[in-house]
Amino acid sequence: MSDPSLLALNLAEARDGLCRKRLSARELAAAYNEAVAEVGPLNAFITPTPERAVAMADAADERIARGEALPLDGIPIAVKDLFCTKDILTTAGSHILDGFHPPYESTVTDKLWQAGAVMLGKTNLDEFAMGSSSATSWYGPVENPWRRPGDNRPLVPGGSSGGSAAAVAAHAALAAIGTDTGGSIRQPASFCGIVGLKPTYGRCSRWGVVAFASSLDHPGPMGRTVRDVAIMLGAMAGHDVRDSTSAPVPVPDFERALSGDIRGLRVGIPKEYRVDGMPGEIEALWGQGVEWLRAAGAEPVQISLPMTKYALATYYIIAPAEASSNLARYDGVRFGLRVEGDGLEAMYELTRAAGFGAEVRRRVLVGTYVLSAGYYDAYYLKAQRVRTMIARDFAEAFERVDCILTPTAPSPAFAIGDKSDNPIAMYLNDVFTVPANLAGVPAISVPAGLSGDGLPLGLQITGRAFDEETLLRVAEVLESAASFRHLPGFVAGGGG
Amino acid sequence: MIEGRTGKWETVIGLEVHAQVVSKAKLFSGAATDFGAEPNTQVSPVDAAFPGMLPVVNRYCVEQAVKTGLGLAAEINLHSVFERKSYFYPDLPAGYQISQYLQPVVGHGRVSLDMPDGTVREIGITRLHLEQDAGKSLHDQHPSLTYVDLNRAGVALMEIVSEPDLRSAEEAGIYLRKLRSILRYLRTCDGNMEEGSLRCDCNVSVRRPGEPLGTRCEIKNVNSIRYVMQAIEHEARRQIELIEEGGRVEQQTRLFDARRGITRPMRSKEEAHDYRYFPDPDLLPLVLDPDWVKRLRAELPELPDAKKARFVSDYGLSADDADVLVAEKETALYFERVAKGRDPKVAANWVMGDLFGVLNRLAIGIDQSPVSVEQLGALIDLIADGTISGRLAKDVFAEMAASGADPAAIVEAKGLRQVTDSRAIEAAVEAVLTAQAEKVVEYRAGRDKLYGFFVGEIMRATQGKANPALVHELLRKQLAG
Repeated sequence: MSDPSLLALNLAEARDGLCRKRLSARELAAAYNEAVAEVGPLNAFITPTPERAVAMADAADERIARGEALPLDGIPIAVKDLFCTKDILTTAGSHILDGFHPPYESTVTDKLWQAGAVMLGKTNLDEFAMGSSSATSWYGPVENPWRRPGDNRPLVPGGSSGGSAAAVAAHAALAAIGTDTGGSIRQPASFCGIVGLKPTYGRCSRWGVVAFASSLDHPGPMGRTVRDVAIMLGAMAGHDVRDSTSAPVPVPDFERALSGDIRGLRVGIPKEYRVDGMPGEIEALWGQGVEWLRAAGAEPVQISLPMTKYALATYYIIAPAEASSNLARYDGVRFGLRVEGDGLEAMYELTRAAGFGAEVRRRVLVGTYVLSAGYYDAYYLKAQRVRTMIARDFAEAFERVDCILTPTAPSPAFAIGDKSDNPIAMYLNDVFTVPANLAGVPAISVPAGLSGDGLPLGLQITGRAFDEETLLRVAEVLESAASFRHLPGFVAGGGG
Repeated sequence: MIEGRTGKWETVIGLEVHAQVVSKAKLFSGAATDFGAEPNTQVSPVDAAFPGMLPVVNRYCVEQAVKTGLGLAAEINLHSVFERKSYFYPDLPAGYQISQYLQPVVGHGRVSLDMPDGTVREIGITRLHLEQDAGKSLHDQHPSLTYVDLNRAGVALMEIVSEPDLRSAEEAGIYLRKLRSILRYLRTCDGNMEEGSLRCDCNVSVRRPGEPLGTRCEIKNVNSIRYVMQAIEHEARRQIELIEEGGRVEQQTRLFDARRGITRPMRSKEEAHDYRYFPDPDLLPLVLDPDWVKRLRAELPELPDAKKARFVSDYGLSADDADVLVAEKETALYFERVAKGRDPKVAANWVMGDLFGVLNRLAIGIDQSPVSVEQLGALIDLIADGTISGRLAKDVFAEMAASGADPAAIVEAKGLRQVTDSRAIEAAVEAVLTAQAEKVVEYRAGRDKLYGFFVGEIMRATQGKANPALVHELLRKQLAG
């Protein structure tokens, strides 16, 4: 069994321990390699990389010994298998990328390795990040380390970054990176009782991240604490000339923004987030969150985001439209799966039919349809207009408030298979998270309490574009007030 | 106008020219663009559409497109948008081509054509947009497989769309030559049709004069000016015959079969692709700084029309001669350097006469001319200062072209220096007239045309080196005496 006391340290604590040479990167990597193996039944990892972890840890130890420690030196992290990693199998959870070893390293992972982080492996996800359950992967569903007390049915970790979330929650990684196109970092963070941050669009480069919906895809960090994701974000962020949508803005010291002082900050409470069928306990937790922030000196302000009710419909036009185009390159010609057929058309059809799962096919079909001649104006163009109005909603709200507090998801984790025959029910899970993707503004999920059946629930804070500092400061205050200390039933090392 | 069985028909033509942008790197990747490289050696992961790869627009290609727009007297759109044009083909790695659709970088412009009858025709330019080229599918390398070469995938093209203003195959040819000339002046496209850096889609329809436009057919990817003219001619006649026989022209995409000189159907309107254009979310709108555009406008070189006007007004050349000299920027430059400080008409005659003769014979461009500007200038100077006669100069030029030697050296080596010593010439005149005493009598009796015979004899006696003016002067004096 892995060393529980080592695994119980959070990222900031481990970093300080490494710097003061109270522990070595080598022993930390060894403990986490063991933990990754131990949580194997969760199916959180597609490709563990233990040898690489040890090699990177040794390099970190040498730097630390020379007194040249890097910001994340020796910190073992997990990488969503949507980030291309040089010479390491990269699958996007899809059969169609069989055997694909990219000849390049994504900007974000490269920055993390440059900062000294140690790679534990590639984590499982919904195929091409399309889903809210991490159950659509070619490599099988991910299990949430949490279960309802007295109920043995496996639960989903949320999605699409479910492998990353499960790994962090089960102490099989100190932190992880994910991507968030409609909630794919925040919703699994909420389901697994960890912190997940979707930064501002353009804050972290998309170069080398397998594209789902380019205008909505956001790489971001997942960790056990707000401080941990702040540290991670600092290493991941920054302008990248290879991504035209990356923003040429400076990267502040996010950790320093965690002053604990939110006195006088105005926190918006949007009335449109009281949706039908939302459990009372989530509504109650939201109210509790308001009170925690008020108690810390912030001022709650009732606001309106009237376009919210159109966000989900808008999202499920724009995201599939872009996906249908982004996934056209998987044609069996140059890499990944090829199923030979009688002629070119047959090869395309057989390859794509065999290579894509049902959810991906569904979105490619929807996306192709909404971009077709005769339907473009009614669907895609209209959706783009509504998207502009949603962004304006946020811009106007942020003239009155400094951040916005809402629930992250309308439910806690559900059982594997529960919604898989009903795509609409699955899509509804994204109702609170998609608006921030459409507007490009940053949002974070912080574990705030347990549901009646003992599952974690997150609260979401949304902030101004490129003001992750305020967002993180408020999130940390919320985190302290909530003091969520619960651990899932299945934790590597037994939870210490 | 084409004369059909039932009367006159007017051909209406619009051309879409795909001009490869002169640039070391591709439109959205840093990969090289050299022609003729080994297959798949100039391909970045971006060009091959590997997962997670993103396009970044090449600023120089944008500059080239804007320059071209300015050269076509066109509106420059300070805000334009790259869109994805979707279709599946193995040489289109991403499954879409990045192009511009609703908002191109260049809007309306014009090109003026000098017609053979001396009139000028203005042809409207609808738009110019930037787009990526596709790779190449090679179907002849293997009995059952298609090979794909992605070297060309992602290379920048300018699509230059004309208004349906052209009225004959001949006009289309003049338009293409003029457009190519402008592109070469601007150095934005090398215009090399053999290497595929200029390709043309032709939209052709026919109508009775004065009637509304007919249904058009598009002939795809014609790759020489001669073929464009043949394809249009054939297509117009095909449509006229079809209508005159009671048929109807179907909107179609057709291919030109150069071997048989005909067009044949490729796909009908019903089979047309739905390209599902939408703005590329990987690229921000292309926003140009108006000052930058202003700077490019100020740096624009003199273009063929302006140069021609100047050659006519400053050098006193005829419009036809000026046309010939300005067609290629290098020719115009060569001419101007030769003409500097010399008689421009003489310079023009040498360039268009003997020099073009040599270049055509050797099938080379003026930039590879065996006779340098300095050498041709020196030759003209030798005539002007009387060192050699104009007639001998032709021989000297031929020798220069063959050996690359300087004219003065050839004149010295071959002893071609003109005789200007009047006593020596007088002696030659006397000798000829004495030898031809009978003809002198006939001449004096009124056979004037014998004068030329005497001149020829004297030149022969002096191996052509006698100064012609002195020969005339002394001959007249003696004949009169």
